[in-house]
Amino acid sequence: MNQFFTVDVLTTTIASGIALATPFLLAALGETIGQRSGVINLGVDGIMLLGAFSTYYVELQTGNLLLAILAGTATGTLMGVITAFVSVTLKAEQGISGIGVYLFGLGFSSLLFQKLVGTPLPISTLPPVGIPGLDSIPLIGGMFFNQSLLVYLAFLLVPVATFVLNRTTYGLKIKAVGENPAAADSLGVSVALIRWSTVLIGCTFAGLAGAALLMYGGIFQINLTQSEGFIAVALVYFGAWRPVGVMFGSLLYGLVGVVILTWKSLGIIPLSASDLAATAPAVITVLALLFLARRFRQPAVLGRPYEREG
Amino acid sequence: MTMAAATPGDATGRAGVPVLEMRNITKRFPGVVANNKVNFDVRAGEVHTLFGENGAGKSTLMRVVYGLYHPDEGEIRLNGQRVSISSPSSAIHHGIGMIHQHFMLVDTLTVAENVALGTRSTRGPLTGLDTVAARIVELSERYGLKVDPQALIWQLSVGERQRVEIIKALYRDVELLILDEPTAVLTPTEVGDLFTVLRQMASDGRGLVFISHKVHEVLDLSDRITVLRNGHIVGTLARAEATRERLVEMMVGHQVAAEEHPPRGVVGAPRLVVKDLHVMSDRATDAVRGVSFEVSSGELVGIAGVAGNGQRELAEAIAGLRPPVRGSIRLNDREMAGHGPAAIRSAGLGYVPEERMRDGVVGDFSVAENLLLVDYGSSAYSQLGFLRRGAIRRHCQELVADFNVKTPNLETPARSLSGGNIQKLIMARELSAQPQVLLVAQPTRGIDVSASLYIHQRLVAQRDSGTATIIISEDLDEVMTISDRILVMYEGTIIGSADPRTATREEIGMLMAGVRPSAGQPAAAAPPTSAANPPSTAQPPAPQPPAAPPGGGA
Repeated sequence: MNQFFTVDVLTTTIASGIALATPFLLAALGETIGQRSGVINLGVDGIMLLGAFSTYYVELQTGNLLLAILAGTATGTLMGVITAFVSVTLKAEQGISGIGVYLFGLGFSSLLFQKLVGTPLPISTLPPVGIPGLDSIPLIGGMFFNQSLLVYLAFLLVPVATFVLNRTTYGLKIKAVGENPAAADSLGVSVALIRWSTVLIGCTFAGLAGAALLMYGGIFQINLTQSEGFIAVALVYFGAWRPVGVMFGSLLYGLVGVVILTWKSLGIIPLSASDLAATAPAVITVLALLFLARRFRQPAVLGRPYEREG
Repeated sequence: MTMAAATPGDATGRAGVPVLEMRNITKRFPGVVANNKVNFDVRAGEVHTLFGENGAGKSTLMRVVYGLYHPDEGEIRLNGQRVSISSPSSAIHHGIGMIHQHFMLVDTLTVAENVALGTRSTRGPLTGLDTVAARIVELSERYGLKVDPQALIWQLSVGERQRVEIIKALYRDVELLILDEPTAVLTPTEVGDLFTVLRQMASDGRGLVFISHKVHEVLDLSDRITVLRNGHIVGTLARAEATRERLVEMMVGHQVAAEEHPPRGVVGAPRLVVKDLHVMSDRATDAVRGVSFEVSSGELVGIAGVAGNGQRELAEAIAGLRPPVRGSIRLNDREMAGHGPAAIRSAGLGYVPEERMRDGVVGDFSVAENLLLVDYGSSAYSQLGFLRRGAIRRHCQELVADFNVKTPNLETPARSLSGGNIQKLIMARELSAQPQVLLVAQPTRGIDVSASLYIHQRLVAQRDSGTATIIISEDLDEVMTISDRILVMYEGTIIGSADPRTATREEIGMLMAGVRPSAGQPAAAAPPTSAANPPSTAQPPAPQPPAAPPGGGA
């Protein structure tokens, strides 16, 4: 136990906890925006898998990291077109269509991986970039300000999303469409257009989350996400549909995950209990969810397609 | 907004110019012609009422104007220009506003946010809510519409929400405002205030369309009145030509004798005794707080009140559909509080629920099956679990004939009947069990005049046969016409009672608004002794809007 409480280990743990939280944060932020408009997307995990694979494959082929990450992100957008068409235009039951998207993403990314790659090779990942001036602060610099650009981007998106939701006319429309689409419709706000846009944003973020997850590990494997996209959906509830809440949820999840990994490697957790310990982040998140999320109300029409009354 | 024409304010000179002209509008739905070659126009500066029964085609016609429906034939002109209105946003673009029957407000947003929604902001992509709020304050001062721009909608009373709807229209500076039955949830005082504002809006040079089926309101507000029946225009009257009798005759198609107050019945022993009843709402707020009353054999008691003051929860508690928190409900001297609907029925209660399509019938079941929903198990209609089809058929035929239910046959699914016939069907089923206590919620809501009259007669006849009868109704005229005694519910308590033979509409209206006659003060200032009664209208933070939010809650 004493080995754990050294400055070096603590710094590394928190730094990599933040890095591990990043894919969750990106996926959950995107899901938050979609859910605020009333659309629940359970396909996040599948989209993350496809985003991660696209990133991986383009990186293998071109060696261009930026192009690879853009490919992963664009894959998310493309899946967003499918998701929005099914959930918004065809008004499908969102719980079921989301599972369909997930299974498609899982199966198709596995198939592509086996056909196109076969033997997993590691790729280069985004290097950490120190923020001049801040990264040299003792303790804090190492924890927060020596991360990859994707990590900074993800955390920067938190205030951006908050600002968009609370201060812009677009955010006002998103919230209105998620709470009372008939009222929004009666004021000339296109419910379908707003929901299409939020689903596209959400799925784009999910694609980017897949890229971020790949960057964390540096290698693709079948079912890389291990259903972590579903955790991202739970984190939206945990964060009470607010970007800042979602950020804290992601950090909690990431940190607990890394602490478990560190304790395992340090032998604090015996090998026999390691599988059990691996479930700890999920269990802790769900418990926190039970105690916290009840106090907040979800968007009034979450998961319900909008039909103008005749 | 984009209207090129004069903005209201300098538009008084335009009075009389047609804002809206509709020519030969036909709108068909599968199996019905909702509007058949309808001509209708609205002039600047007038209130033109569309009057007719439910289903006459009033709302359909105005939904065409607002771009919610597309007409199959006919043309629409705005300020003389022929236009095609394809959606609400194109209607708004043309300077048209509509206040719907149900509030179109987002409960979790503020007044200012609701007003700003969908409008162009002065600050580009940012909401610029402070300018919006300033404009709201300006409008509310000019029109006497008191409302706080920062308040959240769910904190507001029903009357305040209606003001927000009006402000939304004023903010958009509409030239033509359509109001679809805007008074349904208001107290008589609030209706008066609303009409003052509407008159002022008309005198600014706007055109107003008022959709209603309440004669006295129509006579109060309108400059002209157009009557619709079965999708056709029956005629248009100037206010001076219109009388109550003439309007009702045009609406119904034949003369209708004014409904007389029935003579009192022979009052016997108490059948239903409710004591200190407390019931929770779906949102876990105290909907009914310490209600006590009794109803005797041969008595017809009307429970009046504005929607959302606990009437629904009270009815459901008596019917056994909602367990009370505490208190006593005695039916024929048996304690029934907390018992289920089956036990309560067998103790002698007949219940006609408010939501008749949802709770009163099974829509896909046939007329016969619906008539038998309660009695299917009795030995007269089933033996060893098999239904006795012949006996059932005879029983149902009798009921259908007796209650004048207009249905093609007994196998017709209930959902295809009209509202009036569904209500008669439910009444037939409930009364055939010969209940000793009959509870009817909203007996004639959305039902045409003839069926309403018939239902009233049956209720009075039931009272005369000795049944203790209770109606819960938001229609004050109805309560005043047929009850022997009126109880008024306000914020979960019975705030007062009145004798309909001597009380005036205004007196009962004051009670409905929470004002007790003796003190002349809001009830909240002097809480009734029976229950703690926090004044939710006077305390914005109290998390308890008097009405369920539009579009349902969580």
